[in-house]
Amino acid sequence: MESGTLETLQLIVSGLANGCVYGLIALGFALIYKAAEQVNFAQGDLMMFGAFVALGLANESHMGLPFWVACIGAIAVMAALGWLLERAVLRQVFGQPQIAVVILTIAIGFLLRFVAGIIWGHDPLTLESPIAGVNQHFGTLVLGLDELAVIAVTLALTGLLFGFFSRTRLGIAMQASSQNQLAAYYMGIPVKRIHGLTWALAGAIAAVAGILFASKGSIDPNTGLLGIKAFAAAVIGGFGSLPGALAGGLIVGLIEPFAARYVASGYSQIAPYAMLILVLLIRPRGLFAQVHAKKV
Amino acid sequence: MSLLEVDGVTVRFGGVTALDRVSFAVEPGEIFSIVGPNGAGKSTLFNLISRFHEPEEGDLRFAGESLLRLAAAEIGGLGIARTFQNIELFEHSSVLENLLVGRHTRRRVSIPEQILFTPATRREEIAHRAAVERVIDFLDLQLYRDRTIAGLPYGVRKVVEVGRALAIEPRVLLLDEPYSRLSNEESMDMRFRIGDIRARMGVTVLMVEHDMGLVSAVSDRVMALADGRVIATGTPAAVQSHPRVIEAYLGTQAAAS
Amino acid sequence: MRTAFKTSYAQDIRLFPDVRRALRYVALVALAAAMPLLLDDFLLGEATNVLIWAIAGMGLMVLTGHAGQASLGHAAFLAVGCYANAILMDRAGLPFVASFLTAGVITGLVGVLIAVPAFRLHGIYLAIATLALSILTEDIIVLAEPWTGGVIGLVAPDITIAGVEVDRYASPDLFYWLCLSVVLIVTLGYRNVLRTPLGRAFVAIRDSEISAQAMGVNVARTKALAFGLSCMVTGWAGALMGHFVYTFNHEVFTVIISIQLLVMIVIGGLGSIQGAFWGALVLVSIPQAINIARDGAQAAFGGSMVIPGIETGIFMAILILFILFEPRGIHGRIAKWTIYVELFPLCRRDMFRRQKSFLKTERMR
Repeated sequence: MESGTLETLQLIVSGLANGCVYGLIALGFALIYKAAEQVNFAQGDLMMFGAFVALGLANESHMGLPFWVACIGAIAVMAALGWLLERAVLRQVFGQPQIAVVILTIAIGFLLRFVAGIIWGHDPLTLESPIAGVNQHFGTLVLGLDELAVIAVTLALTGLLFGFFSRTRLGIAMQASSQNQLAAYYMGIPVKRIHGLTWALAGAIAAVAGILFASKGSIDPNTGLLGIKAFAAAVIGGFGSLPGALAGGLIVGLIEPFAARYVASGYSQIAPYAMLILVLLIRPRGLFAQVHAKKV
Repeated sequence: MSLLEVDGVTVRFGGVTALDRVSFAVEPGEIFSIVGPNGAGKSTLFNLISRFHEPEEGDLRFAGESLLRLAAAEIGGLGIARTFQNIELFEHSSVLENLLVGRHTRRRVSIPEQILFTPATRREEIAHRAAVERVIDFLDLQLYRDRTIAGLPYGVRKVVEVGRALAIEPRVLLLDEPYSRLSNEESMDMRFRIGDIRARMGVTVLMVEHDMGLVSAVSDRVMALADGRVIATGTPAAVQSHPRVIEAYLGTQAAAS
Repeated sequence: MRTAFKTSYAQDIRLFPDVRRALRYVALVALAAAMPLLLDDFLLGEATNVLIWAIAGMGLMVLTGHAGQASLGHAAFLAVGCYANAILMDRAGLPFVASFLTAGVITGLVGVLIAVPAFRLHGIYLAIATLALSILTEDIIVLAEPWTGGVIGLVAPDITIAGVEVDRYASPDLFYWLCLSVVLIVTLGYRNVLRTPLGRAFVAIRDSEISAQAMGVNVARTKALAFGLSCMVTGWAGALMGHFVYTFNHEVFTVIISIQLLVMIVIGGLGSIQGAFWGALVLVSIPQAINIARDGAQAAFGGSMVIPGIETGIFMAILILFILFEPRGIHGRIAKWTIYVELFPLCRRDMFRRQKSFLKTERMR
């Protein structure tokens, strides 16, 4: 293979892998938005926290548990944290305007970052993961196992969630409760319990995203700020659409390396946000949005 | 010349035809009611006049001028005021402030003058305040003047919404289900108020209601809608006894028996 | 309990509802004006900081608290005001008063330019778009190096007003009074807006766009106006901030500042002018309170206790507590206490209970 196409291919794969992490965070946003119509700005910080929990359980310098046990532990801890957050904090603002939730979750994100900084410090750490740094050879093409794992897990999770929302009773009840809470109550849907469940699920996804991200590189408390980029991805894809969230993540993930490679490195930072503003201007509700007119 | 003419309008949402070539004309000074079961297209008709929806075909004329060239925010200025089926008041403002928004189209002072609060602004504000006070007097809202909407009972909010529309000093008032969810006494009050609005303010009233009994007492003419089509227009008695109206309301069996 | 007896319409539109309240505000302004005589240079600097944040807070308050358009990007407008002012003074040689006013107008125009496309965005989407804008602005400042000095930044030029030099360090009292006069002018203008059709139109589009339209309020134009006024005031705050911090680069106007500004007015109390002041007071006093507490703890236990990020942590914790227990912020809490005291002992337990509300989807507009 020619070195030019090879390089492009590698850029695409690393872009896709990054994009999948964004996509996984965006999936968390979309999930909560779809089921509870709450906008969770703390999803990125939940991911960071999940990565640290896994790291704290798995790394030799901390608890030193076997990797897979640590993964399951981190997922359980994050699901519990998500459930707890909904129970203790978000339930209190039940029914208030979306923007109250936005501000609240921003604050939760900052607090998570603060707590992570106290527990694990502010220096970058790496997760001791069996998939980190292992390369897979396809002829002359060399791909990281970590990157391939990210892509595979993301696709599987998205498919699973999509099936859950369109096929199962619970998934449909979740959607209904977000569109009209009062009506959902009347229909006998336990709206509050569903919200708790949703947040637990979002916490679990954040843990998975965190583990995958930490396998690819180092993390520190400010890694949570990645959430903003993932948020851009979720909006580009259209809120409340799970495949849209993934697509948005992939788009952002792909733009970055190419903007850095072909435009100028200073612009790769800008590219996702410029794209976001562009999408909002052309299609104010994202590329895959569902919009209905309000009845008066 | 009719005050408000709706001329063969059709509105479709996706595949659903909400209004199908509906025509009618409201004469100055009359109380005209549109009745029909839920989903007949009554509110769509109001939203059309408010320019929230675009008709697929047909024309809307107010005092001979087409409304289709105007934007939603320009309708109030012509003297067409309205209320909403589910009450759309400014929840966190007082009754007084809500009514003052009704004066919006009557403002004359420029924005810099407002920011500096020049004497001209002060004079105008006092004039608006006086105009609003006349509406408050008319609707007996003195008790609630400084109360926030969020804490008011449903029946009072309904009256406040009528008041806000009257503050525009409209030529025609559109009332979207003015009786819905009101108690018997409140309905009675509302009925007298609608009569008074025409008698003492000279305002033409166009209202939408699904309960025929409630409107027949005050209306000069009634139009019945079903599934987006006009099925009868005429005096309340004539429309009430029209076989197709009975059919639309009670189903085919009742009409047959 | 006092009942206001109204005898004329003019009473309803006065600046202050009654003489007592007017006197209270006059005393407050007199106290504020006397601050340079009462405080040392360090505390006076902090007081100046409160005033500047209060101006920025009022800028955002008119947009978010009254017109209901949440912006997570107002640091961008602080930056525009700050750089415009400095560049106009340095490059165009304008005197401070002229460049200051122009900087506000420029920022206002930028705000209107952004509001026009943003008109189609509602609630959360607008918040996201402005958030992206704030992040972009940081990068643009770095990239526009010939004008902004890039990562090195700019030094605020010296201020001379009518031959008198106003310097943040050499004459902190004069700089304080400069900020105070801007605060007073902006507050008066803000108060005027609220008692005229413009302010009512803002509240109308916040509470119900659909009926605002039916009342003849042009929603797009009103939003653009809200953005314009908001950004103008924020631009002025930015210009003063530039002089206050003396040297500035992109790091002074990060997206964190945008978030902080929004959080600040929520803590202060959305929908009230006073809220901007309360929020600014809280924002500026937290680091000081932490310093005092830390000094006390170090004196008691010895050793050094530096916890990075604790200011933001505490600030955000305060915000969460306010949203949970007093969504109307400090101003709302004070208003409730006032009513409680005035009615004592007639207050009922459930008097201020919040109505139970159910969220309807905002996907439908």
